[in-house]
Amino acid sequence: MKHFIAIWNDLNLSARIGLAIVAFFAFCAIFAPWLAPYGESEIVGDVWDPIGGEFFLGTDQIGRDLLSRLIFGARNTMALAIVSTMVSFTAGAVLGFIAATMGGRVDQFLSRLVDVVISIPTLIASLIVLSAVGTSTSTLIIVIGIIYAMPVFRISRAVAMDIEVMDYVEAARLRGEGLWWLMSKEILPNAMTPLAAEFGLRFCFVFLLIASLSFLGLGLQPPLADWGAMVRGNADGIAWGFMHPLLPAACIAALTIGINLLIDRWVFKASGLRDDQ
Amino acid sequence: MSEQLLEVKDLLIEADIDGQWKPIVNHLSMTLQRGEILGLIGESGAGKSTFGLAALGYTKPGCRIVSGSIKLDGVELVGQSDAELRKIRGNKVAYVAQSAAASFNPAHTLTEQFAESPVQHGKMKMAEARKRSIELFRQLDLPDPEHIGERYPHQVSGGQLQRAMTAMALGSDPDIIIFDEPTTALDVTTQIEVLGAIKEAVKARNVAAIYISHDLAVVAQMADRIMVLRYGNLIEEGNAREMLANPKEAYTQKLLNVRTVRESRYDHDKEDIQLKIVNVTARYPGTSVDVLKNINIEIIKGKTVAVVGESGSGKSTLARVITGLLPPSQGSVKFHDRELTPKLRDRPKKDLQSIQMIYQMADVAMNPRHKIKDIIGRPVEFYLGVKGKAREQRVLELLHHIELPEEFGERYPAQLSGGEKQRVCIARALAAEPELIICDEVTSALDQLVAEGILDLLLDLQKELNVSYLFITHDLATVKAIADEIVVMYRGAVVEQGTKAEILTPPYEPYTELLLSSVPEMDPDWLDDLVERRKRGEAPTAESISS
Repeated sequence: MKHFIAIWNDLNLSARIGLAIVAFFAFCAIFAPWLAPYGESEIVGDVWDPIGGEFFLGTDQIGRDLLSRLIFGARNTMALAIVSTMVSFTAGAVLGFIAATMGGRVDQFLSRLVDVVISIPTLIASLIVLSAVGTSTSTLIIVIGIIYAMPVFRISRAVAMDIEVMDYVEAARLRGEGLWWLMSKEILPNAMTPLAAEFGLRFCFVFLLIASLSFLGLGLQPPLADWGAMVRGNADGIAWGFMHPLLPAACIAALTIGINLLIDRWVFKASGLRDDQ
Repeated sequence: MSEQLLEVKDLLIEADIDGQWKPIVNHLSMTLQRGEILGLIGESGAGKSTFGLAALGYTKPGCRIVSGSIKLDGVELVGQSDAELRKIRGNKVAYVAQSAAASFNPAHTLTEQFAESPVQHGKMKMAEARKRSIELFRQLDLPDPEHIGERYPHQVSGGQLQRAMTAMALGSDPDIIIFDEPTTALDVTTQIEVLGAIKEAVKARNVAAIYISHDLAVVAQMADRIMVLRYGNLIEEGNAREMLANPKEAYTQKLLNVRTVRESRYDHDKEDIQLKIVNVTARYPGTSVDVLKNINIEIIKGKTVAVVGESGSGKSTLARVITGLLPPSQGSVKFHDRELTPKLRDRPKKDLQSIQMIYQMADVAMNPRHKIKDIIGRPVEFYLGVKGKAREQRVLELLHHIELPEEFGERYPAQLSGGEKQRVCIARALAAEPELIICDEVTSALDQLVAEGILDLLLDLQKELNVSYLFITHDLATVKAIADEIVVMYRGAVVEQGTKAEILTPPYEPYTELLLSSVPEMDPDWLDDLVERRKRGEAPTAESISS
């Protein structure tokens, strides 16, 4: 408990807001089945029942409870985003470290390969690939994982190169340590902070990508709740004066902003800056 | 216009260390008259820079002035607004930093940066500032003073840059200049030129100066009065000449003690030759200049060979060739008469084990995320295959050897002092049970007293374990203390080599003489004498060597 209080005291106002937002959504995601008043795909009311009426946030375009869908959406999208980010990170960081540590031709080959893949616009690439291989959860994870492994490669290679020139890495090399030891024991512990900040940032991008894909119909498939799909599904209601699509949109914005506020603070602290400067 | 130019009374400055405010300048006072040079001496952490900067009314981020008064020409600086302080900074009080390279903006020419201060303070227009810069560059002995201002910082050498920074400080005609270790980052031979130029310029303009340094011999040349500081407290204060002749406090006496020269007697030809560098020439890949030219060195078992040279001499490159990080383009390195594979990657573990290296900066030589016991323990496991309890035991033995308590095993490098960190690096090298240890400037980043301790430790270990050292350094005092044989290097070639007795007795090679004469001595007249002798041609200068 003391640990948490210490962390809270260390944060400034914007970071506290960020932490509150993220904690709130994480809570919803974890305890979804107990929090949501109705089921994820249960039809409970009329089409577009008003917000604040019988149902706390109204109903969607086919009569499902919007509040429950938002809660389950938090769980589905966040879970998918976390897994995809982890996949992209593992792949990107390992390759980035290898490129930095081995240097020479290996580095050239990997970097040029990444340059090619990274030059393809993310959304278009994922749309094409997903329409071809289909949109099951596993294909989504793999496609997003590969796409976002590229910028992670770049940044972990840069971080690793900064560390690699330190005398202690040379000392390890002179000892005769192998590639695996250099990467995992010498470089990785010192790269954790910038990489962790990058993880948070990537999570936001992945999250938005999933929401966009679902909005375009190529992400999570119905009846799974997903905030992006919900924006899409409720969009027509705007024409009739129904504000329902704004709710999932607001959730997407809130979570992304919350994570960014936290990351900002983390990076500020990690770079050694002080509050009085 | 008051009597004292600068009057600091009872100053207390605290720093935020790990969340707690601790005093780093402990109720100190100083006075400074017009035209007087005050020397502030102390080891790292003495508070000398913090105290010296108080004349600017400036504290580094993380520090605060708690109480006391700072009066510049009768005007109180403590509590002044930033706007008021900016008016005096660069104007009445100027600052010359330790690293000129870090203090100059690489995107602007020297004249532009020179003119920044006087023009900003409204003292003169750009055209006049330009004329003044030429005048000052000439006074500070910079080459081609008319045009050197048009260059960018990276186009001039370190010594020239330091003098340009002094010119910048003199540009606004300040009352006080604060010199913060201005020659620490320079070679000995360059240091002489800069010191001479600074002293002359300061005296000519009757500017008061505060000279901060950890090098007592250098301060002795420059200062009229000296204050010795330690842990934020004043140890001794007085006239420079008197203090050097008759230091009162024990701490001052310790600082003044020149390093003891150790005798070394043995017959070179009868001994066992361990490492032989044979006709080695090397260059960095992709370049066309030979960094090492035809080097031949022999290292005897259990003895120390000191390689002396300044920056650019190739001494560090020599270490890289021996360890296999840079394969030579010609020649070879022989270990016990067996040729070592030129590339590190191809060498067997046994060879890697026999030659160990200790680095200059202990902070970056150890992984900050590893505990001390793991840093020392890894070579034990890696080379000797000793694991578990036996490994722990060995680590404790090594900690004993380097005179550190057992609990230090659980600490991280950041929790150790500079000297302690270097001891751990020594233990790490010993853990491999090597035959040869390459010491690359291992005491250069340490305070004099701490360095003395490290050298003592190294010598004790040599006697006990019969390990040989290749000691790379630019510091002649260290060489005199520790070497059995000396190799003098200049621009990639060996100028002179032989036993310590042979090298350090005349007649000298010109470059050796230049090096020896450039080492500051405790005599306050030494600098003036040397400058005089050089002008008369009786002593060598850098230009006379290169011709």
